[in-house]
Amino acid sequence: MDLDLTEDQEAIREVFAGFFSYETGPERARAAEPHGFDTRAWLRLMQTGAPGMGVAESSGGGGATLADLTVVVEEAGAHIAALPLVDHMVAARLLATVGTCDADVLAGATIIGLALRPPVDGVARTVPTGAVARQVVALDGDALVLIDGDPGDHLENHGCLPLAHRPLAGATVLAKGPDAVDAYRRALDEWRALTASTLVGMTRTALDLGVDYAKERQQFGRPIGSFQAIQHLLADLPGLLEGARLITAKAAWAGDRAVAGQTGVADMGDNEITDFAALACMALVSAGEAATTSTDRSLHVHGGYGFSEEYDIQLYFRRARALAMVLDDPARECRRLADMLITGQATGATA
Amino acid sequence: MDFSLSPSAVDFRAEVKAFIAEHLTAEVVDQMHATGTFNDKAFNAALADAGLLAGAVPGYGDRDPIELYILFNELEKAGAPYDGLAVTMLVAGVVNAVGTDFHRTRVLENLLTGRLNCCLGYSEPDHGSDVASITTKAVRDGDEWVITGQKMWTTMAHVSDWVFLLTRTNPDVPRHKGLTMFLIPMDTPGIEVQPVPTMATERTNATFYDEVRVGDEWRLGEVDGGWAVMGVALAFERGVMGGTNPAVPLLRHVRDWADRAPSPDGGTMLQDPLLRERLARTAIGNQVSQLLTLRAAWIAATGGLPGLEGSMAKLYATGRYQQAVGWFQEMAGAEGLLSFGVDDAAADGWIDYDARHAPVTTIYGGTTEINRNNVAERHLGLPRNR
Repeated sequence: MDLDLTEDQEAIREVFAGFFSYETGPERARAAEPHGFDTRAWLRLMQTGAPGMGVAESSGGGGATLADLTVVVEEAGAHIAALPLVDHMVAARLLATVGTCDADVLAGATIIGLALRPPVDGVARTVPTGAVARQVVALDGDALVLIDGDPGDHLENHGCLPLAHRPLAGATVLAKGPDAVDAYRRALDEWRALTASTLVGMTRTALDLGVDYAKERQQFGRPIGSFQAIQHLLADLPGLLEGARLITAKAAWAGDRAVAGQTGVADMGDNEITDFAALACMALVSAGEAATTSTDRSLHVHGGYGFSEEYDIQLYFRRARALAMVLDDPARECRRLADMLITGQATGATA
Repeated sequence: MDFSLSPSAVDFRAEVKAFIAEHLTAEVVDQMHATGTFNDKAFNAALADAGLLAGAVPGYGDRDPIELYILFNELEKAGAPYDGLAVTMLVAGVVNAVGTDFHRTRVLENLLTGRLNCCLGYSEPDHGSDVASITTKAVRDGDEWVITGQKMWTTMAHVSDWVFLLTRTNPDVPRHKGLTMFLIPMDTPGIEVQPVPTMATERTNATFYDEVRVGDEWRLGEVDGGWAVMGVALAFERGVMGGTNPAVPLLRHVRDWADRAPSPDGGTMLQDPLLRERLARTAIGNQVSQLLTLRAAWIAATGGLPGLEGSMAKLYATGRYQQAVGWFQEMAGAEGLLSFGVDDAAADGWIDYDARHAPVTTIYGGTTEINRNNVAERHLGLPRNR
């Protein structure tokens, strides 16, 4: 057992904390609204190799593990980067699994996204990166298909995500059958784990923003952070943050083990959960709750200023809600988890 | 990060599970709830005889410190009587950290046999969370001390061999600078134990100290240095030694009940979508609670003192437990009100039991408010509010 990052991961964290701090952040996120894409930052990100770093070296990528990727995207979340990084990483890994991932996708010159839900009447609806991704991978029945064309029209939304509908007309079939469905499910679980890590980063910054404001803001002749009512709103959050980070890290660990052929268990009676699909779901629900709770409380601590466009917390508040539910209602995610736990079956545990 | 246990820890866990399967009989469980004493001397002695207590004292011995976490987590998940054992091993850890050779020989070695118990004497009728204000006084008389006062919530005092007693030795200095800690044999003349029944099955006690005379060798730590000894004890107590996975047996009981219980809407309760959602949310809470506890254990195992991490684990775990208990008792309807031994009781009375027990978990071992103060001041760096 080891609950510290590896030395390599510490180095990755340092590099990307620096990158996202310099190239992204609330001012850039604000400038990228409502469309939700920071073109300049993406071009710079391409120079770091991040878009293809999660693809296996044998497929021309950087060979990073899922655990490595969580470290990168936590920093992206902490600095509220308006970049389709999680979806691109996951879709690129999926492409490499079922066929080939071309050089433009590896480099990030072609942005690729993932349709998270089954298409309706031949249209992948409300695709998270649909308004910026040229290519989108979708599961149509038991066929994994690649949509390739101009990004869709942006759908204005709560979190200023680059949402768009993407028609399947003209899409090419990448793979078909049970293996294709399994590969897509695995990609969705990777999306859950990496989105959870993004939300962990957002939780971290939301807590910092609330604490900093509570130390500075004076009322009744004292910093409001000296009032117990304010302190106790904030004091629950470090546990939520650390808990969400741990279960996200455990999900990534299980995901990497599954690639290596080690299946897990999902035994709720003994609280022994090592199955990737169950942990990915738990991570997304936990991190979604941590991020929505922390942004909500931090915004409240800011008083009226938290509601104003000028202060950064509202950016985190809206984005956190968007990422926590763009896949589905968290209650439905929980019922899906219950299906896995009650049957005890490790669905999608293997790569 | 690597969430897999080492091969020796996996073996240890398997040994603990096998021990529980053999020794945690229905009689042991019934006895603990019938008497309200969550301590079973025969069970503890058998644990020691099986070699499973060697790593159970925080900070002591050469066993993998993760064994401490595994032992108490497995006992808690199984619903075994471990409360008395956890307190006893906690005191053993403090004795090891700050005690003398006399303490180690007379106390620590005996505690490791599993045959003797300790209880905690911190709170008083008028001083609970504000523990630094306690007034039970210890006055020096030659080589002896004379102790007079009253303690509350001295759970297990009636089965204990020693009380870990916080006293006031100097009333003329700031309150936390005039405290001294003692370890006092319970058979010393002048000690009286009175039961305090609770709304759950568990029993606690009030203890009275009337000119109790003990030798100076029973002092732990420096004179007026009791606050530092408390600090060690609290860091050991919060988080790692059980108390952060109470919803694991609850979830098992609810799942088994729901599988049999007909739903008024047709089918079984296990098919009810809201119940399924709440089972899953509880399972998530259980897993996260376990990871927060594991983090505290990991910090202890790598040389740190995980006081704040323990506070966070306790805050998270007890809040989730109470939420889950509330959900499931409501969903069980009238049958969720029925107690142990009553026909029709949902989950054979376990839901009623958990609903009675849950309120104390955000009170004992440091209230939620005290833990929030700790996190706010010492982790977030917010200004002191008192």
